[in-house]
Amino acid sequence: MGLVRYVVRRLLLMILVLFGISVIVFYLSRGYPSKFPPWGQYVTLSMSPSEIAYIKQIHGFNLPLYDQYFFWLRDALSGNWGLSRWAGNQQTYAVFAARFPLTAELAIAAIVITVAIGLPLGIVSAVKNNKAPDHVSRIVALLGYSIPIFWLGFLFQLLFSYYFRLWGLPSLPSSGYVDRQFIGSVHMITGIPLVDAVLQLNYSYFASSLGHLILPALTLSFASLGYLTRIVRSSMLEVLRQDYIVMARSKGLSERVVIYRHALLNALIPTITVVGVLFASLLGGVVIIEYVFTWPGVGSAALQATLQNDTNFLMLYTLVSAAIIVIANLAVDVAYGLLDPRIRFK
Amino acid sequence: MTLDKKPENPNATLATPAVRKESEAQKKKKKERRQRLLDLKFALHLLARNPLVLCGTVMSIGIILVAVFSGFIVNPDLANKVSYATQLCWGNHFINWGPGSSYCSGNQFYWLGTDYFGRGILSMIILALPLDLEIAFAVVAGSVAIGILLGGVAAYGGSVADETILRITDIFFGFPTLLFALVVAAVVGPSIFTLTIAVLLVWWPVYVRLVRGQILAEKEKNYVEALKSIGAGNFRILFKHIMPNAIYPVMVQATLDLGGVILIFSSLMFLGFSPKQNLPELGNLISQGIQNVFTAPWLIIFPGIAILLATFSFNLVGDGLRDVFDPRLRR
Repeated sequence: MGLVRYVVRRLLLMILVLFGISVIVFYLSRGYPSKFPPWGQYVTLSMSPSEIAYIKQIHGFNLPLYDQYFFWLRDALSGNWGLSRWAGNQQTYAVFAARFPLTAELAIAAIVITVAIGLPLGIVSAVKNNKAPDHVSRIVALLGYSIPIFWLGFLFQLLFSYYFRLWGLPSLPSSGYVDRQFIGSVHMITGIPLVDAVLQLNYSYFASSLGHLILPALTLSFASLGYLTRIVRSSMLEVLRQDYIVMARSKGLSERVVIYRHALLNALIPTITVVGVLFASLLGGVVIIEYVFTWPGVGSAALQATLQNDTNFLMLYTLVSAAIIVIANLAVDVAYGLLDPRIRFK
Repeated sequence: MTLDKKPENPNATLATPAVRKESEAQKKKKKERRQRLLDLKFALHLLARNPLVLCGTVMSIGIILVAVFSGFIVNPDLANKVSYATQLCWGNHFINWGPGSSYCSGNQFYWLGTDYFGRGILSMIILALPLDLEIAFAVVAGSVAIGILLGGVAAYGGSVADETILRITDIFFGFPTLLFALVVAAVVGPSIFTLTIAVLLVWWPVYVRLVRGQILAEKEKNYVEALKSIGAGNFRILFKHIMPNAIYPVMVQATLDLGGVILIFSSLMFLGFSPKQNLPELGNLISQGIQNVFTAPWLIIFPGIAILLATFSFNLVGDGLRDVFDPRLRR
């Protein structure tokens, strides 16, 4: 029963977090005088001051901020997220829903790459502790920590798409999510290009969108690679020092069996905790990477929305991101408790 | 001679017990100091044993020194020398602007090439370093201060304060890392001060949790019980006794975060939040260089390497400090 109560408590706390975030973002984007006043999206240049005053009044911009907030909250809870200013007064929710799958694709690809590189690096680093492979993988992990990913993105573009084309090597595309000639050749079912292409067995679309995905996903994965490698390394080291590993070795088991059968699974349990941090850093990194690679996802949209003080889009983006981060953390804690029986939920 | 004879202390006999007591206290202090010195020596030894960490330490000290003396190495007026007359040279494809070239006027040598206005990239990087490092130190120091204050209050101020502070940190943890800084910077308007505050707002919650966790762990130990039994106040216990023990992980985190702050700050600058167009700042240098990246890749390559080196060396030091301060990792 402890588990259910724990999850319910955490979900209630999540509501509190979302409420807090929405209040902060709302007050930031509405409460400060800005080049882009919040009522700006409802007026045109030809309107007279009295018309503008009227529009301000019917949209409630003359009310105190907390009244405005609760009006926004009522609308949002009833599913009306308003019009998005930067997208030319389209429905905010529709814009977000169309762009979100692209960001999801990018983030998932980045996570796959992170795990595929970070996990082996961490294991090797721990097994060959303080030897050459350890130093190499520690340097790689630290580099992952220290690289400015916007810069890395441009370097990749420069090398793999510009110079490779100059040198006549097979080059990778540097912007967009699929070659322009393919746009529209696949029906959007899930909205994720790779999945849609597979569903409709469109090979050339699949190849094109995969090619477009490689560079941004690789760049994005660098941001989280360091965390994963470091955590895998330290928890693996911790496990390898346990008595039962000594026991397994003294039984004469081969080193491979000891490491992969006995040590690895136990070492992976603490690794799960990094997932929450990973999500937060990915969703933050996505803003930059989508800007650099002109990837039409929600991250680049959020940047534009920030620059144009588009409250509605910003609210939706921050709330969805926050919900993802909080739920990821909750899932991590639950999984952690289920995998490690020593942990009790309180 | 009169100078030979030392005047005898008339109160000598009276003062002896006090003097002896003092000397004992001094001895104790000396012993303590010697112990501390030994600890420090051991820590330095551990640091020096790891070539990577030694390398990082040397590098970061070097970077800090360059940043401190940057005004003397390069004339700060260079940042404002943006005369468009020099573009004539720039547009000329027969002149090499790249690394190791001499500028078209011919009498100066540029290790890392020059930018659009004929300014040496190396000089611009040196000019840009102090701002990045200042922000990094300011943000980390601010976060540590907030962390110690709020973390201490959370751990010692009873359950209501604890819950409140934890829930507030929860809210800040819910933001995607960069986005909150973006929103603050966009709303309040870009100036160095608001950008610093924006980054600080993202950064402080980590320290509150870290400090709180450390204090809660220390609180259970015997010496705190002992201190309580002799009637020491909470304030005294917290700041005089617990903090010195709890501070090491915070120091490690702070060193690691110096690099992180540089990254976030330069990202903000790169995304166009620079208050002035030709402000010497590493991210801003890259964002300025992007326009001409295909003809002059060195415009972004070298400022990026500068960010990488600065962050990397701080991270190396932090990594080494972690090994030194965390006895479980000492091998």
